[in-house]
Amino acid sequence: MARAIPKKPRRPLSAACGNSAGMAWGDIASIGFTAVGLVFFVAGTVGLIRFPDVFSRLHALTKADNLGLGFLALGLAFQAPGWTEIAMLAMVWALALVAAGTAAQMVARAALAEGEEDERP
Amino acid sequence: MMALSFDLALAALLIVSALAAVAGRGLFRAVIFFIVYGVLVALAWARLGAVDVALAEAAIGAGLTGVLLLAAHGRLRREGLEADPGAGGQGFAAIGGAGVALALGWAWFALPEPATATRAALDSALPDAGVGNPVTAVLLNFRSFDTLLESIVLLAALVALWMLARDGAWRQRLGLPQHARPGGVLASFGRVLPPLGLLFGAFLVWSGADDNGGAFQGGTVLAASLLLAMMAGLYLPPRIGERLWQSALVLGPVVFIACGLVGALVWGGFLVLPPAYAKGVILAIETGLTISIAATLALLVIGPPEQAHNSGGAA
Repeated sequence: MARAIPKKPRRPLSAACGNSAGMAWGDIASIGFTAVGLVFFVAGTVGLIRFPDVFSRLHALTKADNLGLGFLALGLAFQAPGWTEIAMLAMVWALALVAAGTAAQMVARAALAEGEEDERP
Repeated sequence: MMALSFDLALAALLIVSALAAVAGRGLFRAVIFFIVYGVLVALAWARLGAVDVALAEAAIGAGLTGVLLLAAHGRLRREGLEADPGAGGQGFAAIGGAGVALALGWAWFALPEPATATRAALDSALPDAGVGNPVTAVLLNFRSFDTLLESIVLLAALVALWMLARDGAWRQRLGLPQHARPGGVLASFGRVLPPLGLLFGAFLVWSGADDNGGAFQGGTVLAASLLLAMMAGLYLPPRIGERLWQSALVLGPVVFIACGLVGALVWGGFLVLPPAYAKGVILAIETGLTISIAATLALLVIGPPEQAHNSGGAA
């Protein structure tokens, strides 16, 4: 639950398979994938603030949750010290997927039932 | 540099979310910001290296308290009482809160610095505690009397909550009827997650002996799994007085007191644990406590019996 963000000091696998030019391929992959993940989070946040109704906001939110977190986990996996940590990252993502999907369905259903009650001005 | 900027951002977010929870407009918004604040506090504890406290804060401070506040808000809205307290009420609350903060601050500075509770003293006593996790050693060995009282307070809170039930509803199932569509997403979620929650909760308790975790964290995860099954309509909440549930509620305190009495009779003092038996006794107490904490927390969230006379089951 609270272990979603690994804070352990890392001895990355990527260090073992580095090229001679200073930066390991694993690090490059990490930077690339987490950057893509951050783009999804920024887009999702902007959508959450800017979109007009509950359903499109949900769409933005779950995009950030699902794809953004997926890319973050993928990027972090290249820094993991072993397969256990990679499996834990995958599990964090899978559980977040299930929870976000269920929550989105329920919020949407509640919004349908209440007929678009919107608290914002 | 990265760590510093992360910490600064975290501290700023903490202050902003605390202010938004206290000063923001609308009860619902205040509750949401309180939950956000709890998650951020948990992150801050994790940054400070206090993983046990972080787990407890995330599970209880943000999760459980958040659910209780959301339930309270829902009840206020159902009964049409969801009005802002007004400037007078807010001023009164602000003065009260400031008073509590000042009193706590005064107590903190006025109390003499404890000379004995140093890290060195803890480290030298730890080999005799029976467990490797210093937090568990303090909670269940060195200062176990506090933990015993805490477990009883939890039970007293549940009994106090039940006192709010109307006479006519006393024999009904606890809480309001849950409206979950059979075969809907919540029902599926309620089937998928509890087995994982059971595994994770048991793991947290077991790992609490030598690593991070413990009875409160594990019990909260188990309580959440139970609640999910109840809210998904897969498991009907019990009635007050069901033997199995009553036993689960008192199991922890009973095991705790029994171990304390054994200590008093055999080992020379109430709650005294000799090093040779400490680990076994602590694990027994923690197992009992976990079951009681899980049952108590779940029933606290479900609430007192409120269903009308004619609807005995899930609607």
